[in-house]
Amino acid sequence: MRVMAQMAMVMNLDKCIGCHTCSVTCKQAWTNRSGVEYVWFNNVETRPGQGYPRGYEDQERWRGGWELGKRGRLRLKGGGRLRKLLTIFSNPKLPALDDYYEPWTYDYDNLISAPAQQHTPVARPISLISGEPTKITWSANWDDNLGGASENGHKDPMLKGIADKVKFEFEQTFMFYLPRICEHCLNPSCAASCPSGAIYKRSEDGIVLVDQDRCRGWRMCVSGCPYKKVYFNHRTGKAEKCTFCFPRIEVGLPTVCAETCVGRLRYIGLILYDADKVLEAASTPDETGLYEAQRQVFLDPNDPAVIREAERAGIQRDWIEAAQRSPIYSLINTYRVALPLHPEYRTMPMVWYIPPLSPVVDIVRDTGHDAEDHGNLFAAIEALRIPVEYLAQLFTAGDVEPVNAVLRRLAAMRSYMRDINLGREPQEAIAAKVGMTGEQIYDMFRLLALAKYDERYVIPPAHAEQAHGLEELATECSLDYEGGPGMGGSGPFGESSGGASPIAVENFRMLRDRQTSDTMAAPEDKGSRVNLLNWDGKGRPEGLFPPMDEPGGGDPAAEVDPKP
Amino acid sequence: MTAAQETGVTAPTTLDIMLWVVVPYVAIAVFVVGHIWRYRYDKFGWTTRSSQLYENRLLRLGSPLFHFGILLVALGHVGGVLIPKSWTEALGVSESAYHVVAVVLGVLAGFCTLAGAAILVYRRRTVGPVFSATTRNDKVMYVLLVGTIVLGLGTTVLGNLTDHPHDYRETVSPWFRSIFYFQPEPMLMRAAPIGFQLHALAAWALFAFWPFSRLVHVFSMPLGYLTRPYIVYRSRDTQLGSRPPRRGWERVR
Repeated sequence: MRVMAQMAMVMNLDKCIGCHTCSVTCKQAWTNRSGVEYVWFNNVETRPGQGYPRGYEDQERWRGGWELGKRGRLRLKGGGRLRKLLTIFSNPKLPALDDYYEPWTYDYDNLISAPAQQHTPVARPISLISGEPTKITWSANWDDNLGGASENGHKDPMLKGIADKVKFEFEQTFMFYLPRICEHCLNPSCAASCPSGAIYKRSEDGIVLVDQDRCRGWRMCVSGCPYKKVYFNHRTGKAEKCTFCFPRIEVGLPTVCAETCVGRLRYIGLILYDADKVLEAASTPDETGLYEAQRQVFLDPNDPAVIREAERAGIQRDWIEAAQRSPIYSLINTYRVALPLHPEYRTMPMVWYIPPLSPVVDIVRDTGHDAEDHGNLFAAIEALRIPVEYLAQLFTAGDVEPVNAVLRRLAAMRSYMRDINLGREPQEAIAAKVGMTGEQIYDMFRLLALAKYDERYVIPPAHAEQAHGLEELATECSLDYEGGPGMGGSGPFGESSGGASPIAVENFRMLRDRQTSDTMAAPEDKGSRVNLLNWDGKGRPEGLFPPMDEPGGGDPAAEVDPKP
Repeated sequence: MTAAQETGVTAPTTLDIMLWVVVPYVAIAVFVVGHIWRYRYDKFGWTTRSSQLYENRLLRLGSPLFHFGILLVALGHVGGVLIPKSWTEALGVSESAYHVVAVVLGVLAGFCTLAGAAILVYRRRTVGPVFSATTRNDKVMYVLLVGTIVLGLGTTVLGNLTDHPHDYRETVSPWFRSIFYFQPEPMLMRAAPIGFQLHALAAWALFAFWPFSRLVHVFSMPLGYLTRPYIVYRSRDTQLGSRPPRRGWERVR
């Protein structure tokens, strides 16, 4: 047994309202730079839908992930090492910008600089790639809320086999949102595809990162990742991917997407797993067995043998305790409501999902039945094959049984808790029907519905007895690094040559102290400040305007007679 | 009797020394030191700067054509310039056999390279996003690279159209090797035709510019991929923060 720790995430899809706050805050934090305009480390897809990039799940086309060879050995679906090197000069499976979208901005300047004219000036879209005016035809969530589904809906690769049953007419459709980040897989095929060996899995917390200094821009990771969550920065020529916000995780904070999630649907915690069993589990012959195989790789953090081995592997005590309190472990193994996204890619993904019960609930309610009665719900889960089959395509390689089981547990929680909330006697029988006890159901309810901050996020800070290091800058000037702010933008070899900028220019503790202190940053200069809120336009408060020129010093004619 | 003696000139002029001794050593020095400096200073900028995301149709044709062509060309130069004539003769390869193989392969590889380069340059000029991502540095690099290839290919083709093609293995090759064992023989080069001289000078200019261009990606040819394990595990950096500690402030081991 070789115990390793993995920082993992679970998302409760029932609670996702598709507000894209996670995408936007993530973009602001990580990819609001030139070269990564089209890059969404986090994106929210409406399903059924094509996803981003379009149709990324069609692995017969993109050849991402792993497959089993003739003798049952795991191999990269996109071809082995030699094939990768032979196609290195032109990657045959790289998504083009058309598969993402052409990023654009607007000609906002025209709104204020246009001359007087009969019609209101407009801000035309300008391509960020060519700089020319462009026509917007697609974007990262163009099919949001099933927009255009009657035309494009059937292009969803997951509809293979059930396409004739899924209806896209407004009254007959179902939909839900699927937020996606990098899966930080146990068996990452992006890392395996990287010729330079620049993508690595951190041995402490399993976060998969791209070493920007070692990446040489061969682009094989982009095709290797079946989730298409590695992106190519077209300005710097380097691959970039979701970092699981490791600078935040290291100090015990949740990722930006999780922290800002309005629906509070994300859970972050540690999972202990047996690294020796990963390859074997990923080589499970039957695709539908992969979900169960991956669950078997996870170790019970309360098992004394596991704890002993974990300590031997150098995992600190507080990390083991965090793994014991981990919401991820509970959701995956105790309550068994979380499922992996596309286990059939054999990468052993570590961002799991609680499938949504809401499509079922909606239909039951719309037909006039009691949508909180467990009998109705159980019957509906059985009867409503289409949403369940679709969910199974996403989460269990098409096997409907595990999805059914999860939905039944969620339905049972719904009915069981209604009795409690209405002050009735709770019915143990409902819990028993899904193989749980009433107490377990209540605990699950607490974790899923109340979702307290400190129960959703159990993140032990990084160890490294690193006072000076984590502070990073506490004893030194924060801007004083090579090519830092104010040192000029472009190096001699084009944009951003000469070393990456430090990730945290602001130090975490310094920032926290400032945000929690009582006084303004520098009270000494308070006297010279101008408060515009109570300035009524009369008088000239000191410091508001630059000093006036001496009379006769300027050119008076220029001010008197403005030209038309 | 060496080729230098055949010409009847014994003392190299200042120009000979400059062109065939000083220029090579300066170029090699810039090449080596430049690469070390670039690698230390600019690891982040050390990349292929691929433009495949912008355009794929032309690249799919031109890029493999150019790259495989130039790999063959490089291999040919190893055979023709680095390996002495006496060695191939000792192996029983006759002069005519060598010549036929060298000319046929050389011209083939050269035309592949040139055709690939032509497609890539055309693409760079006509595809808007690719053109706007082209730096001045790239343009200089293209001029030097394509210039060197054209001169080399032109010399080979034109030289072989004459009755007595010049045997560069008597002049250019020993001169090139002489540079590396620090006993340069500029007179050998003076005996070479102008085509070879220009090709050599263009190549030195290219080598001197190499470390400061995107050509550095040649040295990250990922051969290690064939042997390394698929999944790379790495511990979090022992270095804390994103800057190396200042001297005297390193952590206790």
